[in-house]
Amino acid sequence: MIRVVLPAHLRTLACINGEVQLRVDGPVTQRSVLDALESRYPMLRGTIRDHHAGQRRAFIRFFACELDLSHEQPDSPLPDAVATGAEPYLVVGAMAGG
Amino acid sequence: MSRVRVLVGTRKGAFVLSADGKRGRWDVNGPFFAGWEIYHVKGSPAAPDRLFASQTSGWFGQVIQRSDDGGATWEPVGNQFDYASEPGTHQWYDGTPHPWEFARVWHLEPAPDDPDTVYAGVEDAGLFKSADGGKTWAELPGLRTHKSGPSWAPGAGGMCLHTIILDPARPGRMFAAISAAGAFRSDDAGETWQPVNRGLHSEGIPDEDAEVGHCVHRLAMHPARPEVLYMQKHWDVMRTDDAGDLWHEVSGNLPTDFGFPIDVHAHEPDTVYVVPITSDSHHFPPEGKLRVYRSRTGGDDWEPLTRGLPQEHCYVNVLRDAMAVDSLDECGLYFGTTGGQVYASADAGDTWAPIVRDLPAVLSVEVQTLS
Repeated sequence: MIRVVLPAHLRTLACINGEVQLRVDGPVTQRSVLDALESRYPMLRGTIRDHHAGQRRAFIRFFACELDLSHEQPDSPLPDAVATGAEPYLVVGAMAGG
Repeated sequence: MSRVRVLVGTRKGAFVLSADGKRGRWDVNGPFFAGWEIYHVKGSPAAPDRLFASQTSGWFGQVIQRSDDGGATWEPVGNQFDYASEPGTHQWYDGTPHPWEFARVWHLEPAPDDPDTVYAGVEDAGLFKSADGGKTWAELPGLRTHKSGPSWAPGAGGMCLHTIILDPARPGRMFAAISAAGAFRSDDAGETWQPVNRGLHSEGIPDEDAEVGHCVHRLAMHPARPEVLYMQKHWDVMRTDDAGDLWHEVSGNLPTDFGFPIDVHAHEPDTVYVVPITSDSHHFPPEGKLRVYRSRTGGDDWEPLTRGLPQEHCYVNVLRDAMAVDSLDECGLYFGTTGGQVYASADAGDTWAPIVRDLPAVLSVEVQTLS
């Protein structure tokens, strides 16, 4: 199972407590993980990536295994540790302050 | 006994304020959607317990929430706002063409006769309609694709369609206002539109009398006299007696005619309210005194309403969608400030008291009169 951690605002929106565990058939990529996530939680469509091109929203980041994977291609394989569930895939709202 | 429900959108969530018809003791519920900007919350006249809320975030984009129990519980509905055709470009701040991009929903206008029909005014300026209670949205592209569209430019707050008025007497007639394009009218349920800005003069644009380009801040109509519209423009308070064919200024003796909201008394079509703001560069009340101004003559002759409002050291603003009137026998008036106060008057503005003082900055205020 793929483990996904969402920012607090999106957990609230989707009524999620804690991590999400997803089954992904086929290659484990940013696109396949987000497809599975949005399929289970349709209210998240449009909040992480846009409806059409699937482009990441500007202030969203994807981290895993202490790496910033935000700029990886959507169909690039995610690290094995994410694919095996050893490490979570983190969807992060970019820091902003002031 | 009648009661009222005030729907407040703020920079950090929504609040629902409820009272009986005396409007003296208030129940405050919220924040709903804490941490999100709530641009607007409005109830369906056809089914008052159905509410729609525009929830938005720079991080997570647009969400539309719907309640079917008067705001006790909510569910997210559709958030896909796709322009119906190739969006094209409008003017950017530097005068260059800029692609039309959806940013957020500024205003939701439920239809008076159908709880499933609701209109949305969005940034970049466009008008959308849902016929299934907000689950899906389709643009009415005739407005955005008006031949003047490529010349529209955003105001400082973005190029927003912020006002939608449905004419109760003439099916198919509707009005929309865009900053900074101006006012528009449709007589065919939104299929086609014409600018209705004749009579406006705006010093901030190259051609002061241009067909479009005016920074209209708000329109208001009394349902019993729908051919009369009032406008708070960037500068100037305006009135038309012929559904926008020609406007004339009714700023009269206001201390300043800059401001954002404008509204009309529920039972007196000639009684109009504005909140004068010092200037376009000083978005706070003149002299630090928060004063609502009321005209009982349809404009020109204005009186300050101050009882219960701070008359010193007050430097808040009142935004364009942050004033509303109820329809109880003694008309109630409500407005919210960027300082987080929501003020209520149960006597048509003669006296005021805060319902709450310390909310996040208020973006919008609506009120429902319930039996």
